Amino acid sequence: MATVFIPSLMQRLTDGQDKVTVQGSTVREIVNNLETEYPGTKERLADKFKIKPNISVAVDGEVTPLGMLEKVGEDSEVHFLPALGGGQG
Amino acid sequence: MTTTAYEPNVVLATETFDVVGTRPIRHDGTDKVTGRAEYGSDGQPVSVLYCKILRSPHAHARIKSVDTSKAEALDGVKAVVTGKDFPSSPPDEEWSGTTGTFKLKDLREHRLATKKVLYKGHPVAGVAAVNQHVAQEAIELIDVQYEPLPPIMTAPQGMAKGATLLHDDLFTEEAGEKGDTPSNLASHLQYKKGDIEKGFAEADVIIEREFNTATVHQGYIEPHSCTVHWNKDGKVHIWNSTQAPFDVRDMTAGILGLSSTDVRLTPKEIGGGFGGKWEPYGEPICALLSKKTGRPVHNALTRAEELESTGPTPGSYIKVKMGITNEGKMVAAQGHLAYEAGAYLGSPVDPGAQCIFAPYDIPNVLIDGYDVVVNKPKTAAYRAPGATNAAFASETVVDEFAEKLGIDPIELRLLNAAKEGTRRADGPVFPRVGCVEVLEAMRDHPHYSAPLEGPNRGRGVAIGFWFNVGLQSAANMNVNGDGTVTLTEGSPDIGGSRVGLAMQGAEVLGIPAEDVHPSVVDTDQIGFTAGSGGSRVTFATGWAVYEAASDIKRQLIERAALIWGVDAGDIEMEKGVVQSKSDPDLRFTFKELAAELDGSGGYVSGRGAVDPKGEGGAFAGLIVDVEADPDTGKVQVLRATVVQDAGKAIHPSYVEGQLQGGTAQGIGWGLNEEYFMDPEGRMANSTLLDYRMPIALDLPMIDTVIVEVANPGHPFGVRGVGEVNIISPPAALANALHRALDVRMEQLPMSPGNIMEAVWKKGK
Repeated sequence: MATVFIPSLMQRLTDGQDKVTVQGSTVREIVNNLETEYPGTKERLADKFKIKPNISVAVDGEVTPLGMLEKVGEDSEVHFLPALGGGQG
Repeated sequence: MTTTAYEPNVVLATETFDVVGTRPIRHDGTDKVTGRAEYGSDGQPVSVLYCKILRSPHAHARIKSVDTSKAEALDGVKAVVTGKDFPSSPPDEEWSGTTGTFKLKDLREHRLATKKVLYKGHPVAGVAAVNQHVAQEAIELIDVQYEPLPPIMTAPQGMAKGATLLHDDLFTEEAGEKGDTPSNLASHLQYKKGDIEKGFAEADVIIEREFNTATVHQGYIEPHSCTVHWNKDGKVHIWNSTQAPFDVRDMTAGILGLSSTDVRLTPKEIGGGFGGKWEPYGEPICALLSKKTGRPVHNALTRAEELESTGPTPGSYIKVKMGITNEGKMVAAQGHLAYEAGAYLGSPVDPGAQCIFAPYDIPNVLIDGYDVVVNKPKTAAYRAPGATNAAFASETVVDEFAEKLGIDPIELRLLNAAKEGTRRADGPVFPRVGCVEVLEAMRDHPHYSAPLEGPNRGRGVAIGFWFNVGLQSAANMNVNGDGTVTLTEGSPDIGGSRVGLAMQGAEVLGIPAEDVHPSVVDTDQIGFTAGSGGSRVTFATGWAVYEAASDIKRQLIERAALIWGVDAGDIEMEKGVVQSKSDPDLRFTFKELAAELDGSGGYVSGRGAVDPKGEGGAFAGLIVDVEADPDTGKVQVLRATVVQDAGKAIHPSYVEGQLQGGTAQGIGWGLNEEYFMDPEGRMANSTLLDYRMPIALDLPMIDTVIVEVANPGHPFGVRGVGEVNIISPPAALANALHRALDVRMEQLPMSPGNIMEAVWKKGK
């Protein structure tokens, strides 16, 4: 199962855990399964079909432009980070 | 000027190329040095009208009334607009783009205020007239009644309990959750790694310091300018000076209530941007005026308007506490970063917080970041936004550790340097990065070991990290009958990118860079391409060019197979030669095959459209020598050497230019530049005579060292090069000043006045 790192200001939704293991082969499945296990997480991270525009998701250290569509491996790490746009660079 | 016989660049990338890594003449060079290149205000249409903008004299005030009747009646005035001419939308309707997510009503209020003005210079009305003089006279006839309010000028002021609110509908966001009372604190973020208390308990030496940095501007030479025509068919055409045509197109369309493709944007040549030309300023106002008059409308900002009403980079308050063992191992780091967003949310505190301790492998870290609205212009990006403020704080403390422990400053950094596998405080693990290699190149450079003699002189070092970004890019390439190739792309050329992109295409096709003819085209002529910023053009648009050229290569092999009547699998293309693997007589040079295209199926085009990941972060460091006058506080930079990991330098000359440019701007930021605000919140130095940017006489020749640790995430190993070089200069200068005058500077700029204050304070 993938390891999902929980942003520190969201950890009260995961009983204080800073990382949790979640089943899923895509970020979408990870987000949905995270919501099942820890209600309230999905609305903080995603709209119905997309990661929220001010958030980016990194799988195995690489920020992915595919968002919810990105594939996740059995041993992957998933991070939710602030989105860095070109306007910030 | 100091010169050395040192062989400057450290090439650790192992792959060799024919075109990549060479130094051809840039394709746009002749037009630029002969003055033929057309910038934003050049070549206006015959029927153009001129726009001037009425701006608020107050930093914070409620608008009681606006009377435009006298201006409208003035001879030569063709139209007057206010924010009420924008379409309206539900109060919470949002717009999202590469700069973030904002309420549409805020985007409109930012362009033309109707309820409150939130900074001195905030636009209130626009006038279109037959010439600039009439337009100027007209805006002075507009009667605006204000109710002044107390201004909020710093992040700590804005966060204070009971502070005057800028917005009554702004609520603090924490990781997607909004507070329930209005606040000037737009957002709070936090990064946590390990156990910060445990870390400090393990430390032998703990240093805690507070830092303040001033608002500074990108200082591009060419002010913002635009011409906008709202055509009778409802389509809007913009010609302007921008580094982000699609982003400006999309935001302008959103503000005007149009679909993105109702707006076409033609980018003209650009006289600098550095992050500051990513959003529309005059464009939506000119569009409204053009809609009213049916004529194209032109606006060009004065330098005072640039400084007072476009997007500078934020002032900040930063507190850093770090712990280290006697052996020099950093064990704990805590950061509190409060950045001024300006009038609307969106400071770069996020990247600042992510970068502040990124060069080091520290097991216990806690970082809190605060985005605070204040009565200053809304901030915009500036080279590695947020990271320079942050590094000034952290790298000063690291230098103090080196002094206290008696360890060489570079060796101390090497002892703690981030490398492949190091987990950053914000979570992800570093892939292959060049932090160690940059530090080693600094340590081994002759500058670092050269004697520095004389009184009041000191040498300082610092390093910085920046992510770089990917984002979408597109490119099209067409093979011509004479064997040349045209390349069209959508990235405005702010740093020699045309030639760098042409070189990547030429490398794939095995032809000279001069045979690829690049053009930056408008938003109707190329697929979506995010702006020229984030150090992304050579990486992402370069990747699109790589794909387009590879597409051509594939088609040329198929065409040769058709001409020769053989299987395409038997043909290869290497170094510009298409040949059979089995029959040495079947061979075309690129030019020979190009000549055969007409009549064998037509000319060949290739396309590339990418949204890549794997951009590869970069590190850069600076060694700087200064001499400081203890009686006046004047600082002379004697020598500067910048070292940066570029991944693979496509065109080393332009990479070196980026290193020198970023360093020069960082020196200005460190020593002199600041928005000097009076008690009423008005900028008191809004000219380039008083806003003190460095000139040639202020700077030595800046030596450069390009370190090439190839980025495995790019076909040629490219990392971005445009930004990370600005991060370390203020901290390196502060560290040099400490050795020169025995004072620790905790405030930017380190201007003569601020240095003398520090000297006198220490003397007490």
